[in-house]
Amino acid sequence: MAETVAITQMQPRALNERVIIERLAVGSIDRKASGWWGMMTLIATEASLFVYLLFSYYYLALENGRNWLPPDLPSFRLSGPNTVLLLLSSVAVRFGENGLPGSRVQLVGGLLTGFAMDVGFLVVQYVEWMNKAFGPSSNSYGSTYFIVTGLHMAHVAAGLIILAVLALWSALGYFDETRSAPVNIGAIYWHFVDVVWLAIFFTFYVTPRLDW
Amino acid sequence: MSVTTYEEQPKVERRSDRLAERLQRIWETKPGLYGWISTVDHKQIGIRYIVTAFAFLVVGGVEALIMRVQLAQPETRLVTPEVYDQLFTMHGITMIFLYGLPILSGFSNYLFPLVLGSRDMAFPRLNAFSYWVYLASGLFLYSSFLTGSAPNNGWFNYPPYSLPEFNPGPNMDFYALGMILLGISTTAGAANFVITVARTRAVGMSLNRIPILVWGTTTISVGNLLAVPAVSLAFFLLWLDRQFGTHFYDASGGGRPLLWQHLFWMFAHPWVYVIVLPAMGMVSDGLPIFCRRPLVGYTLVVLATITTMVLGFGVWVHHMFATGLPYMLLSVFSGSSLIITVPSAVAVFAWVATILAGTPVITTAFLFFAAFVVMFVVGGVSGVMTASMPADLQLHDTYFVVAHLHYVLIGINVFGVLGALYMWFPKMSGRMLDEKLGRWSFWLIFIGFNVAFLPMHWTGLLGMPRRVYTYPIEAGWGTVNLITTIGTFVLAVGFLMLFVNVFVSLQRGRIAGPNPWDGPTLEWATSSPPPPYNFAVLPVVASRHPLWENRLREGTGESSLDRGIVLDNGKEIIATTAIDAEPDLILKMPDDDPSPFLVTVFMTLGFAGLLLHWWWLAAAGGLLTPVGLIAWLWPSAELAQTAEGVHG
Repeated sequence: MAETVAITQMQPRALNERVIIERLAVGSIDRKASGWWGMMTLIATEASLFVYLLFSYYYLALENGRNWLPPDLPSFRLSGPNTVLLLLSSVAVRFGENGLPGSRVQLVGGLLTGFAMDVGFLVVQYVEWMNKAFGPSSNSYGSTYFIVTGLHMAHVAAGLIILAVLALWSALGYFDETRSAPVNIGAIYWHFVDVVWLAIFFTFYVTPRLDW
Repeated sequence: MSVTTYEEQPKVERRSDRLAERLQRIWETKPGLYGWISTVDHKQIGIRYIVTAFAFLVVGGVEALIMRVQLAQPETRLVTPEVYDQLFTMHGITMIFLYGLPILSGFSNYLFPLVLGSRDMAFPRLNAFSYWVYLASGLFLYSSFLTGSAPNNGWFNYPPYSLPEFNPGPNMDFYALGMILLGISTTAGAANFVITVARTRAVGMSLNRIPILVWGTTTISVGNLLAVPAVSLAFFLLWLDRQFGTHFYDASGGGRPLLWQHLFWMFAHPWVYVIVLPAMGMVSDGLPIFCRRPLVGYTLVVLATITTMVLGFGVWVHHMFATGLPYMLLSVFSGSSLIITVPSAVAVFAWVATILAGTPVITTAFLFFAAFVVMFVVGGVSGVMTASMPADLQLHDTYFVVAHLHYVLIGINVFGVLGALYMWFPKMSGRMLDEKLGRWSFWLIFIGFNVAFLPMHWTGLLGMPRRVYTYPIEAGWGTVNLITTIGTFVLAVGFLMLFVNVFVSLQRGRIAGPNPWDGPTLEWATSSPPPPYNFAVLPVVASRHPLWENRLREGTGESSLDRGIVLDNGKEIIATTAIDAEPDLILKMPDDDPSPFLVTVFMTLGFAGLLLHWWWLAAAGGLLTPVGLIAWLWPSAELAQTAEGVHG
């Protein structure tokens, strides 16, 4: 090979008079993984989607006035505990991530606990849907309620698949402390879905009770 | 830090033939159908984008020609009103969505890794995916013609006319679902551009050394990430209103037709900048080459690009001046629409100053770029007129607006693209386009375009409304319309000559060599066409114009193009830090993979199921798509995604 710069493998290489290249990490490493950046863009665009959804809610609410809301306002009876359940599932997933340095049991257990709580959230949401006196085609409030919560549930369902797949990959021993980017990437998506729920919860359950 | 196999010391060498052979084996796409379906080479994908977008340009152009024959004389009965509605709607959809951005994405896909001194996009498979989904959405939209029910409500598709009460056929469902599909492609592409720029620039290519084309595409990609959900949502809600009786847009159930207009224009006004800023970027990079000097005001042009995009999110209501919104709101949006001309003017003055301060070499590419500047001024001035609310109330929905938007979209998209084609065709094909034929084609396009669209301002001032399939003799619009029709056909002949030039030059054009125009940026440092791996050794950059360094004496130190980082242990590129572009990481790149194609097929079948109400097909698509994605994302040892010793 022509004019190979003959330095031992251990030493940094000078690229030009200003830049020296040292040993570099290879491949998928925590927040340096390309997938982490990809997830950040996905979150940005998904967050925008929910901004536009909530814009539609507030726009229709302002246009129609106070009487637009259903006679019995959305209640905290089921939604309150369900919100707590969803937030706790984030904690469970975080607990699983903390197991990455050595405990595969903790990792898989955390992810599966999050998964179970996720299923619980969807069941409670379904019950809440069934208890509504109106449907998506009753009026524009009904349309907005079912489509916004429905799209959120679709994201929760996507999170369900992600947690299940991550639990499988973790159980197969694909990950260690260094190679764990997919777990971090899936987890941050899950936390994002939870934060979106807080915005939806505030919009549908809290704002009608504010005096406006 | 302890030495583990998770780290590597990159080799630094001079370029050599043996290295090139080894990289060729690693990076080349396999021949045959499998290779064709599964390639992830950004250059092949970029060319596919360009060819597909030009094909849609031709189709949209033919639709325009039929309309122009119909409008050439009063009381013509060439097409029925129903057919005319479908023609002008599909013309708009085609040019704005299926040509406008995809053509720019094509150039950016082809050029990004080359001008950034890298070997591929950050997500090569996502890149293939965004192309396949774009193609699928185009075919999906055009399949509507097979049933005789193409979208027929104008490209911005206002309710209530788009609701089933007035539009019961499947026309609007094709549009709604097709646009959601296209939105997925646009979003995937946007994410890829942003991350490619943030992560995979050549060592030393700090933020202030990035070509303007890259700034343009990156800016609009961020814009797309934030804006595309608005239109996907708008169309999704429309489809629900049509198929499941929800009441988002239908006033009788407490919905609001204006909700559509808000959601649509929150997306579509930023989109107007989305389909011009990358073209402006190509002009900002192209003009200096033919003026033989660097661009005047690089930093100002970059800031103007970003400012335009940011302000572009705050002007959408100027499409709604005639809808009876509160006066205060209209005034604010009128003001912001006037302010947005300031950054545009910055760019125009930068180009004019570059031409004046340089020594222009008059090539076909230069002519297109210079004409671009002139057309931008004309379109800008008519834009300022419509930004003014009182004037707009008079001009709204007349041919004046049609003239304005064609000056903007043809003037500062198509002219920039054609200049870019003349400039980068040699890089893509290895052969020069014919200059003589190029001049003829330029002048026919330039004259034809202006003959067609300059009088159209007058047509609008005379009061001719948009979207009418014919008009009475007494209206007195016959002469101006005839002139426009003649101009359109001259324009079409100019395009025909361009395509002839491309086909002839592909076979017989002069051999280009690596750098036929003596350009300053990295794409001109490799052969034409470039090898699959782009650069045998990854270059190190010390200035904004690495190939003009000796003449300009700018930057700090010297760029190193013949000696650089090797990375030949499988498909590898270097990741650099986002701001200073210092070496950060070695990225393992994926091989050719059919997953993006398969996921596209599954997803498109799912959408077809939704359209046809074949719920089993929709469900099958909905199940297979995540299965395909999981297979695609399965952690692999080759991509260094799994723990040591695991082979996923």
